[in-house]
Amino acid sequence: MAKEFELNDVEVWDGNYAASQALRQAQIDVVAAYPITPSTPIVEGYGAYVANGYVDGEFVMVESEHGAMSGCVGAAAAGGRVATATSSQGFALMAEVLYQASGMRLPIVMTVVNRALASPLNVRGDHSDMYLGRDSGWIQIDAFNAQEAYDLALCAFRIGEHKDVRLPVMMHQDGFTTSHKAQNVYPLKDSVAYKFVGDFVPVDDMLDFSRPVTHGAQTEEDWHYEHKAKQHKALMDSRTVIDDVFAEFKEITGREYKRVESYMMEDAEVALVLLGSSVETAVLAAKQLREEEGLKVGVVAPRCFRPFPYDLVREALDVPSLKSVCCLDKSAPGGAMGALFNEVSAAAYSTKARPMMTNYIYGLGGRDFAVDEAKRIMREQKAHADAGHITTDIQQFSGLRGPKLGFFKTRRD
Amino acid sequence: MVEIRWHSRAGQGAVTGAKGLGSVVATTGKEVQAYALYGSAKRGAAMNAYNRIDDEIITNQETKMFPDYVFVIDPALAFSDDITKNDKPDTQYIITTHLSKEDLIAQIPALQDKADRTFVVDCMQISLDTIGRAMPNTPILGAFMKVSKMYELDFFLDNMKKVLEKFPQKIIDANMDAITRAYNEVK
Repeated sequence: MAKEFELNDVEVWDGNYAASQALRQAQIDVVAAYPITPSTPIVEGYGAYVANGYVDGEFVMVESEHGAMSGCVGAAAAGGRVATATSSQGFALMAEVLYQASGMRLPIVMTVVNRALASPLNVRGDHSDMYLGRDSGWIQIDAFNAQEAYDLALCAFRIGEHKDVRLPVMMHQDGFTTSHKAQNVYPLKDSVAYKFVGDFVPVDDMLDFSRPVTHGAQTEEDWHYEHKAKQHKALMDSRTVIDDVFAEFKEITGREYKRVESYMMEDAEVALVLLGSSVETAVLAAKQLREEEGLKVGVVAPRCFRPFPYDLVREALDVPSLKSVCCLDKSAPGGAMGALFNEVSAAAYSTKARPMMTNYIYGLGGRDFAVDEAKRIMREQKAHADAGHITTDIQQFSGLRGPKLGFFKTRRD
Repeated sequence: MVEIRWHSRAGQGAVTGAKGLGSVVATTGKEVQAYALYGSAKRGAAMNAYNRIDDEIITNQETKMFPDYVFVIDPALAFSDDITKNDKPDTQYIITTHLSKEDLIAQIPALQDKADRTFVVDCMQISLDTIGRAMPNTPILGAFMKVSKMYELDFFLDNMKKVLEKFPQKIIDANMDAITRAYNEVK
């Protein structure tokens, strides 16, 4: 039996430590991991809990991230509660096995500490790895600070392991900005946290010899399509489960989470849509602009990146006063508009207000996102609203040195 | 909102110091942030750590700040780092040095007009005398308590003991001595 860990009502934890404590409280059976900056302390912490008797589980050292996710797949198929952590290059090396995990419907939880992808090599936070996981069939939930990294890691188990979902879940937080920034965190007592997460209930576990099953089967054109369609439906249907788990979490903690967080949108004329720790900076900037300049700014933040909350993004943007929306992508777009811009624009197209949509790329490789820069972008949206058309290039770059870079204009002929 | 920027070398305990300060402050019902901007992550490399302290939940995730206090915990960094970067008209400086305040300011052009808000304390000597090695991170907090009047010394010492509770008693006692001496000696 695992020892109880003494916790204060308020702790000063960084996002990594917060996530590792959540993994401990969920009493994971197996963590297979290959540590990588900046997520290393999560699995390091879990290893220490195992060694010191705070978890009744197994830490499996592997030779690579491909091996780490493979180990997780094996342990999850065998019938255990499984988690790991990774970032960046490690995430990229896992890519093949991520699809195996979701296709096999194994509810593994992976705490991803978002970091840029090489080249050039960079250990700092951006959303390249999170975006790489977009089509992998995992649920992706995004924490904006250390408290949320703790809370949402607990929720991740409930969501992924739910019998109607049975899908792997990534719980994202921003490298360094969240993972290495200590702040007040209000943890749950071990017993309360575990009760919320609940006992692991295996489904079709391979170690149940009384009922043999096949995992990782091959299907060709006869059944593959149906499997993938069912998997997609499971992802789409997980929306209500996510809502229910968030509602239950609010009941025990008072902390409310939604698949789309929306701030000051009731009367907003312009809005920013973004992900991760920058959401908090943008909300602060919007509050200040409302006070200082009377500018009606709102912020919308998809908490749930996958399944993409098309429904709730549309609802958040369906505000009659809304004229101009800027979507900020913290990942190199690789010759396209930012992915968030594309997805949010599609949702906005089906609103009545149909606001003007613009795109900023920002924060690559950990470039600081300043309150003043958020305000500048908000004022620029207001200029579009006043002019009645987009006055800049549709895609621009925030905080970039060198000549101004931008692409595409609205056709006005 | 109180904002603090630490100038340190990796290995001098600025991150631990910033987190320790955050932990003490958090017990009083305030909200805190403690973070660092790591350079090349080698021992001895110049680096910054940061604290934010407020009554409300802190949502500013910008790394850069306009500090109310600047701690310089390595004596040489007062000369080689841009310690007055992003300062405000009332930013206060607490600098580790063996020099007198006058001698220090005379050698650092950026501090010429800031004598009334520059404070000196020899955290290196204090930590050598008390802890037994150059570990300026805890004594600087004693000096900070004196300069900022944030908390009474005894209150701070009691809470800092809890932060350090995983260490042997000898080390806790040495740190308490270091904090007390810096509190009394900062000028």
